[in-house]
Amino acid sequence: MAFTFKKRSNLPGFGLALGYTVLYLSLIVLIPLAATFLKASALSWDQFWHIVASPRAVASYRLTFGASLIGALINLVFGVLVAWVLVRYSFPGKRLFDSLVDLPFALPTAVAGIALTTIYAPNGWLGRPLASVGIKSAYSPLGVAIALTFIGLPFVVRSVQPVLEDMDKELEEAAASLGASRWQTFSRVVLPTILPAALAGFAMAFARAIGEYGSVVFISGNMPMRTEITPLLIMTKLDQFDYAGATAIAVVMLVFSLILLLPINLLQKWSSSREEKTSALVPEEIH
Amino acid sequence: MKGKVLVVAGLLLAGLLALSSVQGRAQGGEVTLLNVSYDPTRELYQDFNQAFAKYWKAKTGQTVTVEQSHGGSSKQARGVIDGLQADVVTLALAYDIDAISQNAGLLPADWQKRLPQNSTPYTSTIVFLVRKGNPKQIKDWDDLVKPGISVITPNPKTSGGARWNYVAAWAYALKQPGGSEQKAQEFVKRLYKNVPVLDSGARGSTTTFVQREIGDVLIAWENEAFLSIKELGAEKIEIVVPSQSILAEPPVSIVDKVVDKKGTRKVAQAYLEYLYTPEGQEIAAKNYYRPRLDSVAKKYASIFPKIKLVTIEEVFGGWQAAQKKHFADGGVFDQIYQPNQ
Repeated sequence: MAFTFKKRSNLPGFGLALGYTVLYLSLIVLIPLAATFLKASALSWDQFWHIVASPRAVASYRLTFGASLIGALINLVFGVLVAWVLVRYSFPGKRLFDSLVDLPFALPTAVAGIALTTIYAPNGWLGRPLASVGIKSAYSPLGVAIALTFIGLPFVVRSVQPVLEDMDKELEEAAASLGASRWQTFSRVVLPTILPAALAGFAMAFARAIGEYGSVVFISGNMPMRTEITPLLIMTKLDQFDYAGATAIAVVMLVFSLILLLPINLLQKWSSSREEKTSALVPEEIH
Repeated sequence: MKGKVLVVAGLLLAGLLALSSVQGRAQGGEVTLLNVSYDPTRELYQDFNQAFAKYWKAKTGQTVTVEQSHGGSSKQARGVIDGLQADVVTLALAYDIDAISQNAGLLPADWQKRLPQNSTPYTSTIVFLVRKGNPKQIKDWDDLVKPGISVITPNPKTSGGARWNYVAAWAYALKQPGGSEQKAQEFVKRLYKNVPVLDSGARGSTTTFVQREIGDVLIAWENEAFLSIKELGAEKIEIVVPSQSILAEPPVSIVDKVVDKKGTRKVAQAYLEYLYTPEGQEIAAKNYYRPRLDSVAKKYASIFPKIKLVTIEEVFGGWQAAQKKHFADGGVFDQIYQPNQ
């Protein structure tokens, strides 16, 4: 079980490519992250704990991670639906809808935030009818979830779409001809195939939502303990020239995100390996 | 293949060079200054920079271009601390310039004594904006803490301008008959309980109040209030002047380390001093800042109503003390939002 580095791969350029990869990741990701930890280490453990466990910080974690989770779950369900519709049906304006999906990627988040706030504010198009039935959308945790759903929309769609496109229609037809109901076909044949991709999209949407700042600060109302997201708390600390306090909270977010993303990635790995095993059981002739 | 790699590398290099050469500056017959300011001075300095360029050209024959940078006051200060090459800073409150001195040592601690009147060439104060006709009959600070009144003001922790709103409210409660620190604390607590949305900056709050139509009253700088009415028309909102308010002093300073490095000390100094001349004062007054110079103040007396004004110095003993007690983490402002209180 020695290093496999020595063994020459069939593909040339491994050393060079790996070197560039490490350099690139270090410059772009690792060094800034290390700086964050370094800055936070200026605090004693007691000070660190006092900052990151303050009621206001805890309330902000709850909102940030909770609203991100809700947003990502909504996108998981509706993202799969959108991908399904875009792949399996053809209808006028399909191209347009397809490109609309990418809009949350391209739009500056501040623009998205202002637009959403205009619509969901108590005097806005959607805010007014919602307010009349007693639902407060903008300037409430619901508003935060709306913004995070918006910015996470493309991830699930774009990761599921190619998998659905590659999936043979014959598989579904075979299931149907063998007597499977529509639900069985979906849950036993289609879902296992797209699940790894859907989970990957879910993880990306979730991660993206946790870090989102620009669109949320407009729609949330920024009330401490109620609608204050963690990135805003970090900005607040920076505006107080409290660099160490800001990085302390940043470190907590980082660790939380890693802890949350790890199982999601493992789940995704597990479901894709399961998928490979089950598809290996299907004899080639069935195609 | 190799050619392509070279092209990409070349492009990257060119990009980096372009970025770094932004800092380069012309010398001799031309000079460039960077004025790092806060949000609501945009219009003021647009006018002022033109006037100063004309004045400087006539005096020295040198062409001066003043670049402006605007943003939240403490964000701007942080930019300068982190290396933004500002020749002069013109921020919302002395505390932000103190922070540049303390955190980066770019200017001496006694910077505020170098120019007349606390280095504040123009002042303003805090007033109220209400809906047309003043439907909630808001006349003074007391009306803001009444139950059912919705008050819009930004978060004083993120907005330098909003800290003036907070200290104005505090000073009012303190100066009432029978006023005490404890009563003042109770007063600001009740006031902020009436705030449904805490925007991070002053312009954000103006939008919330005017565009989203949230709130009965907006606490605002006088110059911002005038500007809102000028832009939106007097048929939607009107100004209410409270019985007492605070003298808001947005100070200015040169950034010593930067002007010495760039060799722009003389012109930067002249730039700030020009703010104190009758021409500079006139421009400030036209942009709704209260001028310091008596002759100009008299000319514009009809615009600026007389209010009893207290200073941060007499009520709080300066910004350092106010910051520490009220806005630092765990300070009086944070206690408003502590649970179970």
